[in-house]
Amino acid sequence: MENRVDTAGINEHELKTQEAREQLTLLGLAAPAVLAIVAIIVIPVGWLFYLSFVGSDGNFSLEHYQKMVQYKSYARVFLITFQVSLLTTVICILIGYPLAYFLALLPQRWAGIFMLAVLLPFWTSLLVRTYAWLVLLQKKGMLNDFAIYIGLWETPVKLVHNMTGTLIGMAHIMLPFLVLPLYGSMRKIERDMMHAAANLGASPVHAFWKVYFPLSLSGMVAGSLIVFVLCLGFYVTPAVLGGGRVVMVATQITAILENQFDWGAASALGVVLLIATLIILYLAARLLKFDAALFGK
Amino acid sequence: MGWLTKPASDTQVTHRDRLWLYIVATIIMLLLVIPTFIVIPMSFSDSQYLEFPPSNWSVRWYDEYFGSSKWMRATVTSLQIGVLTMLVATPLGTAAAYALFVSGHRAARAVFMFLITPMIVPVILIAIGTFYAFGRVGLNNTITGLVLAHTVLAAPLVMIVITASLRTYDLNQELVARSLGASRLKAFFAITLPQIKFSVLTAALLSFLTSFDEVIVAIFVSGGVNATLTKHMFAALRDYIDPTIAAISTIMVLVSSVLLLATQFIGNRDK
Repeated sequence: MENRVDTAGINEHELKTQEAREQLTLLGLAAPAVLAIVAIIVIPVGWLFYLSFVGSDGNFSLEHYQKMVQYKSYARVFLITFQVSLLTTVICILIGYPLAYFLALLPQRWAGIFMLAVLLPFWTSLLVRTYAWLVLLQKKGMLNDFAIYIGLWETPVKLVHNMTGTLIGMAHIMLPFLVLPLYGSMRKIERDMMHAAANLGASPVHAFWKVYFPLSLSGMVAGSLIVFVLCLGFYVTPAVLGGGRVVMVATQITAILENQFDWGAASALGVVLLIATLIILYLAARLLKFDAALFGK
Repeated sequence: MGWLTKPASDTQVTHRDRLWLYIVATIIMLLLVIPTFIVIPMSFSDSQYLEFPPSNWSVRWYDEYFGSSKWMRATVTSLQIGVLTMLVATPLGTAAAYALFVSGHRAARAVFMFLITPMIVPVILIAIGTFYAFGRVGLNNTITGLVLAHTVLAAPLVMIVITASLRTYDLNQELVARSLGASRLKAFFAITLPQIKFSVLTAALLSFLTSFDEVIVAIFVSGGVNATLTKHMFAALRDYIDPTIAAISTIMVLVSSVLLLATQFIGNRDK
């Protein structure tokens, strides 16, 4: 605190009480938010955690978790979830990197304007964007028409209600989550670094790979992990664009609740999803700190 | 085309060397924006089937939307929940962000992390968790229930926006006011709040949008007469493609665009 004065000799006790009262007031200001999170997140999720350990006979059991290991159907769901998340992340990196690079090269003013191309979709309902892709990708949709027109393929190709459609839709929705942190880290790169590299005789391409790219990695890793983690628990887009063929963890949770009303099984899947998310985020925090230490940021 | 051979930066690269990047970036930006706005021309199509470009123009899907009591009811519900969420989440998040920022306490960082957990926990888990818990206390299918859930989803955003703006603000001004006899509360409302008001407004708009666009929790927790627009839209998308959705989507795109442009416009005014 900036207002702390040297307490030696002055009425130390009084100042301490005042400090304590101050902290208490501040605690009071934060309390409603803390209570809301406890009531809406901690208790319900804790409840699901408990339910996931209650067997069909009402006693403690690990049956819901055992089923996940035993049944092939679960292995398939996990595999598809992992596949979709990984592929979406890779697509986002391949598309997002050049875009972020372009934006980072622009003068700040122009970058702000072009950034709207990222921010407008970001703040548009994902339901609307999923719907748009549903229409664009259908057999008589614009994308098929265009591909046939330029001779990419001859008869309409099935682009939606399958993995292809899911990946296209997911990549579109996730891209801003990669571009924003990546752009942030690129903006922080000192231009002088590139000048120094050029001065020392590096070609622009060489300087890019040896200097720029490694410095942009922290933003890329952060963005990729956010995308990957968000994909793991994604529901709407795979449910609509996958047309029932791309069953991810979230889709499976809903299906279990809708068809079997089995809270234990649904909760167990949810718990696995949460733990996977937390592990990845924990590793990310470690990794990025390591990264920061490496580059001295 | 003289600009092409001009250096693009003060290293050796010319704009011509970077032309590929400009082209690739333009294509990517178009791919980002087109699917967001394509619903607008689509919604004015005369056809039952979603074709683009439409062969005949009409406003029949808007008639359909405005004439349907189901869609109107859902729209009003969504707007109500959005406004209420905004009114609850903004003060809640602002108070917490302010308290944690001002307090130099060791635990402040931990509490901040705790308060942004709704951004970390998968939304599907929050959805089924609240669905289960609300079922026990009779909050499912109520406005109150969904406002509570959306408040928790929006509060972290508010906190992040407000904390960022407090970082650029000199808190000593508040200390001056307090040393002149103002209470903490008075100092906040008279000195600090006026200087971060645009950030508070941005946070409010973003929390409205968070609620208005939210799908997953709404699918589980809202229902009956209090079902939201997004819940009905999701059901319609899964079952059949109704062009009315294009009309509704257009309205949603316009709402988000206007609010986003507003936040961009007011974003940097706190200085």
